[in-house]
Parts: sequence; C-alpha cells; structure tokens
Amino acid sequence: MPWTKVYSNKAEFESALSDNRELRGLAYKDALLEATSQLLEADETVFVIGEGIDDSGGVFGSTKGLHLKFGRERVMDSPLAENGITGIAIGAAVAGMRPILVHMRVDFIPLSLDQIINHAAKWRYMFGGKVSVPIVIRSMIGRGWGSAAQHSQSLQSLFTNIPGLKVVMPATPYDAKGLLRASVYDGNPVVFIEHRWLYEHMGHVPSEPYTVPLGKAIIRRTGSDATIVAVSYMVYEAMSAADILKNEGIECEVIDLRTLKPLDAPLILESVSKTGRLVIADTGWKETGIGAEIIARVVEDGFGALKSAPERVNLPEAPTPASPALEKAYYPGKFEIAAAVRRAVNKG
Amino acid sequence: MKEDILKYGLPTLTRKTLIDMYAMMLRIRMFEERIVDLYPEQEMKCPVHLCIGQEAIATGVCLNLRKDDYVFSNHRGHGHALAKGSAMRPLMAEFYGKVTGCSRGKGGSMHIIDVENGILGTSAIVAGGIPMGVGAALASSIRKEDRVTVIFFGDGAYDEGALYESFNFASLKKLPVVFFCENNFYATNSHQSARQSACRISDAASAFDSHGVCIDGNDAIEVYKAAEDSINRARKGGGPSLIEAKTYRWKGHVGPDADYEKGCRPKEELLYWMERCPVKVMREFILSRNAATKDELAEIAASITDEIDDAVKFAKESEYPPLSDLLTDVYAPVKEPL
Ligand SMILES: Cc1ncc(C[n+]2csc(CCOP(=O)(O)OP(=O)(O)O)c2C)c(N)n1
Ligand SMILES: [Mg+2]
Repeated sequence: MPWTKVYSNKAEFESALSDNRELRGLAYKDALLEATSQLLEADETVFVIGEGIDDSGGVFGSTKGLHLKFGRERVMDSPLAENGITGIAIGAAVAGMRPILVHMRVDFIPLSLDQIINHAAKWRYMFGGKVSVPIVIRSMIGRGWGSAAQHSQSLQSLFTNIPGLKVVMPATPYDAKGLLRASVYDGNPVVFIEHRWLYEHMGHVPSEPYTVPLGKAIIRRTGSDATIVAVSYMVYEAMSAADILKNEGIECEVIDLRTLKPLDAPLILESVSKTGRLVIADTGWKETGIGAEIIARVVEDGFGALKSAPERVNLPEAPTPASPALEKAYYPGKFEIAAAVRRAVNKG
Repeated sequence: MKEDILKYGLPTLTRKTLIDMYAMMLRIRMFEERIVDLYPEQEMKCPVHLCIGQEAIATGVCLNLRKDDYVFSNHRGHGHALAKGSAMRPLMAEFYGKVTGCSRGKGGSMHIIDVENGILGTSAIVAGGIPMGVGAALASSIRKEDRVTVIFFGDGAYDEGALYESFNFASLKKLPVVFFCENNFYATNSHQSARQSACRISDAASAFDSHGVCIDGNDAIEVYKAAEDSINRARKGGGPSLIEAKTYRWKGHVGPDADYEKGCRPKEELLYWMERCPVKVMREFILSRNAATKDELAEIAASITDEIDDAVKFAKESEYPPLSDLLTDVYAPVKEPL
C-alpha cells in the first residue's frame, strides 16, 4: 500500500507522486492538522487546549488556524500551568469530553506528571471501571540548533512504565493522521509523541478520516538477516541504514513500532524468529528504555530465537549538549545503526 | 429571631431545611462514629480519614446543590459523599474492600465515586482533585450547561501549586466553580502557621480577581448562606469564588483515635472545639426556635441507626472482588470512532 511507504526525503516522495497522481501528498504537520480539524468538525466533545495553540505559528503548523474555524471555546490557548492544565483536561475528559492537550515540548510534561501518572492513568481502575479518561496528550521531541538539555528530550519511557497509559509515536504523515484519530477515540489516556524533525516530512495521506489501530507495529521493509525495530524519527535512519547494508549483502527487516504501549511484541518476535538478529533504534536513552523492554520480551517469549546478542542504538547517557560540535556527536544515525547491525551479524 | 437576622441576614431557611441540615450532619457524625467503633475489628482494611467535627461544611454546601452538580472531594471525603446524596451501602462496602463498594473494592475510603450524584471520582493526592474539578466545570461550560462544581480541599492543599494554576484558569474563563477550603488548621500534624506565611486563606481570591470569604465552618447556617451565595454566583456566570471555613477535626489525621494522646496537638485545643460541636450547635438552634421537638430529633437519630446497621450488614455480607478483577478496568474498551 502506498501509504505504508516511508520516504526519506522530499525528492523521493515527489518522484513517487509523479508515478501515481491520484494519491495526495501531505506533510506530517498538515496530517495532524487535518486529523484535528476533522475531529473538531464531527464531534462536539472534542476540544484542543495548550499553550500558544492559537498563535500565528499554531504549534509548528499542526493547529494553525483551527481557532478561526472552530472558535476559541474549542481551540483554547492556556496559561503556562502544565500540571493544572493537564488536570483540567483530565477532569473535562472524565466529565464526558475528548480533549486533545498539547504540550509543545516533551520537556514540559514533567511538570504535569502528577496529573498524568496519579490521575489519568489511575482514574478508571481506581473506581472499578465506572469512568474513563479519553484524553490525548500531544507532545513534540525537539532536536538540533543548540536546543540543549531542556528542549530536546525523548521521555517516552517515563510513560511506558505506567499501566493505564498508552504511548504512541507516529513516524509517517499517514500514521500521524490515523493514529491521532484512533487515539482520540481510544477512550484511554494516550501520550502521543511527535518528532519535530518529522513535521515537514511528506507522505501519502487520504483526505477522508481513517484510523490506524493502536498497538500495531508495521514492517516498513522486509529482510532476512536482521530485524531493526525503530521508533519515530529513527525509522528514517533505520531505512537509510538498511540501504547502506544492502550494498554489503545484508538484508534488514525494518519495523516501525508506532505504538510503544501496548507493545506489538508478537510482530517483533515473528520477525526475529526469521532473522535471528535484533537491533533497536530509539530516540531516547538506553537504560530501562523501550529497547530494554523489547529485548526482554523477545527473550521471554522466544528464548532461542536470537542467533547473536541484540544491539541497541540510543542517545549517550548524558543530557543533550548545545554546542554544534557536541550535538553532532550526541545523536546516533544511520551509520551507528548500520554498525550495530554489522556487529550483530558478525557475532553469529 | 431578631438575632438570627442580625447574624445570618434575611431568613430564607425554611424549617425543613434546618431539619434536613441537622439530619445530614447527624448522619455523617453517626456514620463516622460507627467506623470508629468497628475499626478495631480490623475488618475494614483501609486507611480512614474521619471528618468528625467538620460535618457542618459538607452539609451546608451540598444542601444547596442539585443532583447533577459536580463535587470533587479529597482523602477526607465520607461526609462530602453522604451530603451529596450517596447511599451508605456502597460506601461502607468500599471501606470493607467488597465488590459491592462504590469502586468495586478497588479504591478504598480515599477514592469514592458516585457518578449519578455528580461525584466523578476522588483523588487522595493533596490538591490533585482541584484541577480535575475545574476541568469538569470547563466541560459543563463548553456544553453550556448550568451545573456548578464545588471543590473541597484542606488547608494543606493551599500549600500546593495546583490550586493556584487551577484558580487562575477558573477565574480567567469565569467557570462555575466554588473552591471550598476546610481549614482545620492541620495538614497531618503540621500546623497552618508552620506552613503558610499568611494566615487568611480566603484572601488569595483577590489575587485571581474573584470573591473570597472566611466563615465559621462549625456553623451550618453560616456555611449554607455563604455556599448559597457562591453557588448562585457561579450558576449565573459570575465565575469562581473561594470560601474558607474554619473548623477542626476531632480525630487524628488518619484512623479512629484522637491524636492528642500521641502528642500531636494540645488536648485543650480539641476540648475548645468540641464545645463548639457543629451538630450540637444546630440541635440547640432548632430546639430553641421550636423548629422541632426532642422526640422528632430522636426519631431522626433512630432512622440513621437503622440505615447504618443495614449498611454495615450489607458490607460485611458482601463478597470480595473475584481475583479476576485484578487486571480488569486498567483500560477502557476501545470505542469505534463516530
Ligand atoms: C501531594 C501529597 N503530598 C502529601 C500527601 C500526604 N498527605 C495526605 S493528607 C495530608 C494532609 C492534608 O491536609 P489538608 O489538606 O489540610 O487536609 P486534612 O487532612 O486536614 O483534611 C498529607 C500531607 C499526599 N497525600 N499528597
Ligand atoms: Mg487540614
């Protein structure tokens, strides 16, 4: 299917588009915008709230102009009060609304952890299923231009540890639109983490509303020698790494995780059973990250499936530095992924 | 009667309201006292935060509310639930950890819910329920309903940032909220003066350009009048207000014992406040105005005893949740999109 394809750059996408004129191309940010607009259009219980969502930038374009179309009662700027606003959105959800809350950087979410962890994640269980919390918390990972330690974090692992939450990280415009819609209708608190570097990425996006189910990973490229499980922006690096390795005779299977919680362990295990080698490419830190969980699940559920020790590609165990020299060294990419795959293949 | 008018303003309270008020306060008092009696059996295996001494507040406020108005409470929430209309059976069963409890035994006494009566769940994180209450009010405001949300919290919650973030938002959006602070002077064993630079909590309202008032929380009529005023204002679109009601809890922070024995607070302080028992104050008010006879009040007490007996029997005889409940209700079933 065309929309499951991943294009690593605009030129690649445009040449694909010229082959098939019926398909519409849309950037990731516009896919989010369209999904939100369609949700607001069709469902009166949906509203959007967040700091600066109605300004001229509109959260890097992803909420741009929505307040003009739907009014500020439903597309609401908020005070700089992350914990309070998160709790307010949660309370509105419990009272029957479907809020989409936007924290413009993942780094601002820690201020609202009390409301997310102690309230949203618990509210259904603690009351024996009498209520639910249909809230989506959108947030963005920043990167580059000296963003430094407090504007570039990937904190998804804080949430994958908490029963009651779901965690989604779309990599393509098609998934951004379909997963956002599915998250809003999931009926549970969903932490929806986007990557700023994906905002301009183009892909095929149908104009009608559709959903992409939560909890389902997808194979972006098939291969027999190694499985690369990648998250968010790292999907593109993994695809590029697979291109490099193909020239060396190594065929990689690339899985785009899409949802981190619930984890699509069966798909990963199926792939690893075939390839026998596993590399995880994550946007975040290594210790107790999603890579650790994936390896644990593969070993628990399919002990013996691996031919060699798994490899993880993560950020170094340090906060993000500002200097371009250090920042460049900080982020792993296709070469590090390719090297990890080679190690896994050479080990056995 | 002239002194009543001087103290409370024009007499809008009917005889029925006075008696309802007394009955509800007594109902809360006797419910809590039964917990005190039963707790040593160690069958009620959850922490209990009793509100004995503070009954006038839940009562005076909730008598002004409609069934569909929202109430957000806190760890000390038995009285709020009873006053808002909850039956005793699901509460008592919840404290006993039974599947017939209001939260199917998954919440315990700090996590009360009663959706039909506008209680959408209760947080035991200090100030944690405050933003959620404002959110519920936001929901009703977006839907253009005329519900009011009352949020009860303690003087301890006044220390927390969540209150200020929420108050500012409620005031900014003119949401129909009443912030109700039950100032019993203590957060666990820590006195207000050890935690707060200013002693008048209600003054904070002015920082958010809204109405604030400090009242005697042991006088149910005063609570009723102040709540009526704020609730009416909220319902008419006048935005939030803050009521601070001074009161005192007779028991320790948690559990059935008084805490002066443990040296937590001076005994004289407790005795001073027991003199000003809200139930007694109300009873004397009613009798002195001939609003009811002693026999009529005794009948009320007898029927409450029956209700409690029934709730305890129900709770004790109910089943524990099946072990299969351990993993249910973590997530809601996924719904189909519109
Ligand atoms: C965020 C948070 N901090 C600390 C506690 C522990 N704790 C539970 S109740 C309480 C005191 C609360 O005092 P107050 O708000 O005045 O209510 P009261 O117990 O007096 O009714 C404390 C410190 C908690 N539950 N949540
Ligand atoms: Mg207190």
